[in-house]
Amino acid sequence: MQRLAFSLAVRPDNPAHAAPITVNGVAAVCDPLGGLYLPDLDILVVSDLHLEKGSAFARRGMMLPPYDTLATLKILEAVISRYDPKTVISLGDNFHDRIGSALMPDHFRQMIATMARGREWIWINGNHDPDGTVALPGSSADELHYAGLTFRHEPGLNAPLGEIAGHLHPSATVRRREKYMRRACFASDGRRLVMPAFGVTTGGLDLRHQAMRGLFDHQTLVAHMLGRDRIYSVRFVNLLG
Amino acid sequence: MHYIDRVNRIEALTRENPPSLLPPPFLRWFAEKGWQPRAHQLDLLSRVSGGENMLLIAPTGAGKTLAGFLPSLVSLTKRGKIPPGSAFTGIHTLYISPLKALAVDIERNLMKPVGEMGLPIRIENRTGDTPAAKRQRQKLNPPDILLTTPEQLALLLANGEAERFFKNLKYVVLDELHSLVASKRGHLLSLGLARLRRLAPAMQAVGLSATVADPMDLQRWLAPQREREDNHAGLITVSGGARPEISILATEERVPWAGHSAAYAIGDIYRAIGQQKTTLLFVNTRSQAERVFQDLWTVNEDNLPIALHHGSLDVGQRRKVEAAMSENRLRAVVATSTLDLGIDWGDVDMVVHVGAPKGASRLAQRIGRANHRMDEPSRAILVPANRFEVMECQAALDANYIGAQDTPPVGRGALDVLAQHVLGMACAAPFDPLVLYEEITSAAPYADLSWETFERVIDFVATGGYALRTYERYAKIRKTAEGLWRVSNPQIAQQYRLNVGTIVESPMLNVRMVKHNARGNRSSPGRGGMSLGKVEENFVEMLSPGDTFLFSGKVLRFEGIRESECLVSQGYKLDPKVPAYNGGKFPLSTYLAQQVRKMLADPTRHATLPDQVRDWLALQKDLSMLPKEDELLIETFPRGSRHYMVIYAFEGRLAHQTLGMLLTRRLDRAGLKPLGFVATDYSLAVWGLEDLGAAFATGRPLLADLFDEDMLGDDLEAWLNESFLLKRTFRTCAVIAGLIDQRHPGKEKSGRQVTVSADLIYDVLRSHEPDHILLEATRNDASSGLLEIERLGDMLARIKGHITHRPLEQISPLAVPVMLEIGRESVNGDAQDFLLAEAADDLFDEAMATAARAG
Repeated sequence: MQRLAFSLAVRPDNPAHAAPITVNGVAAVCDPLGGLYLPDLDILVVSDLHLEKGSAFARRGMMLPPYDTLATLKILEAVISRYDPKTVISLGDNFHDRIGSALMPDHFRQMIATMARGREWIWINGNHDPDGTVALPGSSADELHYAGLTFRHEPGLNAPLGEIAGHLHPSATVRRREKYMRRACFASDGRRLVMPAFGVTTGGLDLRHQAMRGLFDHQTLVAHMLGRDRIYSVRFVNLLG
Repeated sequence: MHYIDRVNRIEALTRENPPSLLPPPFLRWFAEKGWQPRAHQLDLLSRVSGGENMLLIAPTGAGKTLAGFLPSLVSLTKRGKIPPGSAFTGIHTLYISPLKALAVDIERNLMKPVGEMGLPIRIENRTGDTPAAKRQRQKLNPPDILLTTPEQLALLLANGEAERFFKNLKYVVLDELHSLVASKRGHLLSLGLARLRRLAPAMQAVGLSATVADPMDLQRWLAPQREREDNHAGLITVSGGARPEISILATEERVPWAGHSAAYAIGDIYRAIGQQKTTLLFVNTRSQAERVFQDLWTVNEDNLPIALHHGSLDVGQRRKVEAAMSENRLRAVVATSTLDLGIDWGDVDMVVHVGAPKGASRLAQRIGRANHRMDEPSRAILVPANRFEVMECQAALDANYIGAQDTPPVGRGALDVLAQHVLGMACAAPFDPLVLYEEITSAAPYADLSWETFERVIDFVATGGYALRTYERYAKIRKTAEGLWRVSNPQIAQQYRLNVGTIVESPMLNVRMVKHNARGNRSSPGRGGMSLGKVEENFVEMLSPGDTFLFSGKVLRFEGIRESECLVSQGYKLDPKVPAYNGGKFPLSTYLAQQVRKMLADPTRHATLPDQVRDWLALQKDLSMLPKEDELLIETFPRGSRHYMVIYAFEGRLAHQTLGMLLTRRLDRAGLKPLGFVATDYSLAVWGLEDLGAAFATGRPLLADLFDEDMLGDDLEAWLNESFLLKRTFRTCAVIAGLIDQRHPGKEKSGRQVTVSADLIYDVLRSHEPDHILLEATRNDASSGLLEIERLGDMLARIKGHITHRPLEQISPLAVPVMLEIGRESVNGDAQDFLLAEAADDLFDEAMATAARAG
């Protein structure tokens, strides 16, 4: 929720706040709330919402707070109202597990319905929720190709140019004067982009982790890190290491 | 007169010949050995036989262990062997030690007299290392005396068979009680003791302890508490033994202003080692241990066998060091608190304390490690790492001379520990909440627990305790029709067993040696070799392949992470990094801090200090001033483009950090644009862009207002909301309370995953349910622990009306140490974004430069 509180001051047209970039030639804006806006296509992309994570754990005996879904949806509301996009694409792991969308309380279902009103909504399936969503607006798909971009959950090693994916929850670490700072980030080398996880109770994986190997051209890779009220863009070669 | 015992006067006990107390085999054994049973041993025996719970406070080497076991050995001898075919008999005596190794050690030490006397007594230990088959057998056919740890006791009590197992229990012997009671481990143990009393109402507790500040605290702890009754165990205090010979290292070298490495003294320390048979070198942190060990080997021209021992090293390696030590094959061991407790380490003839001991009692206990014979003096050398520590060492030495103690109070029982216990009790058998409440409040740390809080804890255990009742259907414990709480399914009990205990480690990675791949092919480091121990995951994540660091006494080259292991090879580079461990630093005790303030204020006492320190203080007196004992001196001065204020509060690093956070908030509100602060054990430096001295001189703001106690109100609340320190505390509470499992059946969650989710859960909980019981538990912990808010509050009250502002043209001598720390400390929270912006701006500059080149 801190993310929400601090980011309300963000002006998306200010390059210091939200970083404008291109992915395979398509213009995009990395927003510190964790969404990617494609102005020419009027599409907002989010990834790894992991809704109903708390209750998924509670079912297994760990009573995590039941507020994560609400918190994540509040931030989603904020970023949608900021760009008012024609289309919203949620890039998979929309729910923390297969039955999350079926068990989600009506109140949250209602919130999503309200957000989706008047827009196209596409749920990309993820590894946590491969079966699609239950009783929610929008359509489900495993993959989507549009305007030279490929939207899918897991980035592929031999993917075409213009892939926008999630799954990895990238984060980056900066070292300054012997001090270390680690933040979730958009990771892009201009050819592809991996989204930060949007859900409030999702952790991160460092860009130098094995799972990231081979995905990016390190010379041109930039980590667009989520700060309190702005994006901090740091080149991979300037990150720790 | 023994040194330990000046404060706690002895209850003299010279009763004449009570031979009736000891059965013949005991008398024969003493006679054969040519020994006399010691007065305190007989006295303890007699008072326990009279039905009392007892606390025995005695120095090392006083025959404390035998004294503690004497009542139960005599009782078992009188009972005789139980004939085969008799009905099931549960254990007779339970012995609890804080260390596995100690339980094993005691078994050996106890078996000797029992064997020599030919007593019909079965003694066994049960620790985390005991094989499953033996544990099973112990349940079916219990020994007479079971030696175990607090965690194993919790497991035994959460078992459905607990009642049968403990119904015949006569005695509980609690060893090294002083090291347990003030911690969450002690809280859990106190709840276990309360349960044992319910299972075996006639059971008696015998506590064995080193000297403590307030024995009554422990005496109450050992006895069941009931409303309007003053119940406490009896006390026997043993004096005697020779006064230790303690000195502060005399050196020709220059004692540094700041830092903790004591590298300047390595030559002197090495020479001292060379003059003794066996030396124990104590340091305060694991990183210090690594450094000192490395430095010693750098000068070890005679190849003296010097070893390293700390809690992160591989167990096998630690055991090897311990074995070599007890066989007197080592000349020196560099150790952290892992060697504090009463294990027999062979003939240590000198203790060297590197760095100030931070507490008078800690020093006394550590010095007690040298020389186990009571009548010979222990020898110790204190090695201050910097000039303030010279004064601190002198204060600790003086405290030792008068026997002053500063062990922490028992404190109120933690709520996260209570939650764990409640679940454990439900695993044992369905419980009636009223009965359990009565039992729990009979444990001294929980005597003040309100019914309302207890109910909230039960609610938390059941469904997480959220206002939003969405988890009822997943409840871990449920109320039956009869009003009893029971576990919902057997998996819950399994989960409890996997996560029992209160020791929450920071996420660690195992360190394993591999062969360095000469071609630098990192994708396939060789198969694993020797395991060296564990380092914090946070530290490893900051390493790049090829970086070197100091661990296990070796320079290691980082090769990469594979699964949960940190792979390393032999490294050669100079200037390796040293892993830091969270929470490794002891805070300066309130007592020693006060003594240092006194010393500073009293010039007549400066004469005993080394020349360098005396000159330093004299210079301070000339150029600024020396504060009086209860005076808070604040110096302000410009330096470079900044303005500094240094606050000499002497309340320990943790309290200073909290003070620094709160002060910068206030200065910010006053428009003085503070930029940062840094804290040491002795002082706090704050700096900013505006002229702080001028502002204080004109009373904008007034220093009295700046340091008003109301600082601990709203400002504290506001800061706590964002504090990373609280997140770390929350993680510990969440794991202990069972909100987050350290281990889940079938799935070993990696430490990193636990850490991340705990931080995020904390944020979610704070914004949605700020009154949640785990947040309350976290704040309780923080106010006495990591943030030392209580201590800060005491200080603010003390200095009221005694603040002296000294505006200076330049840095004062006393300010030098803290000024040198600037830049070494880590930043968190707000400052992080500032540094991130810098990093991003660099990128921008770089981009401009690239553009310029291209142009």
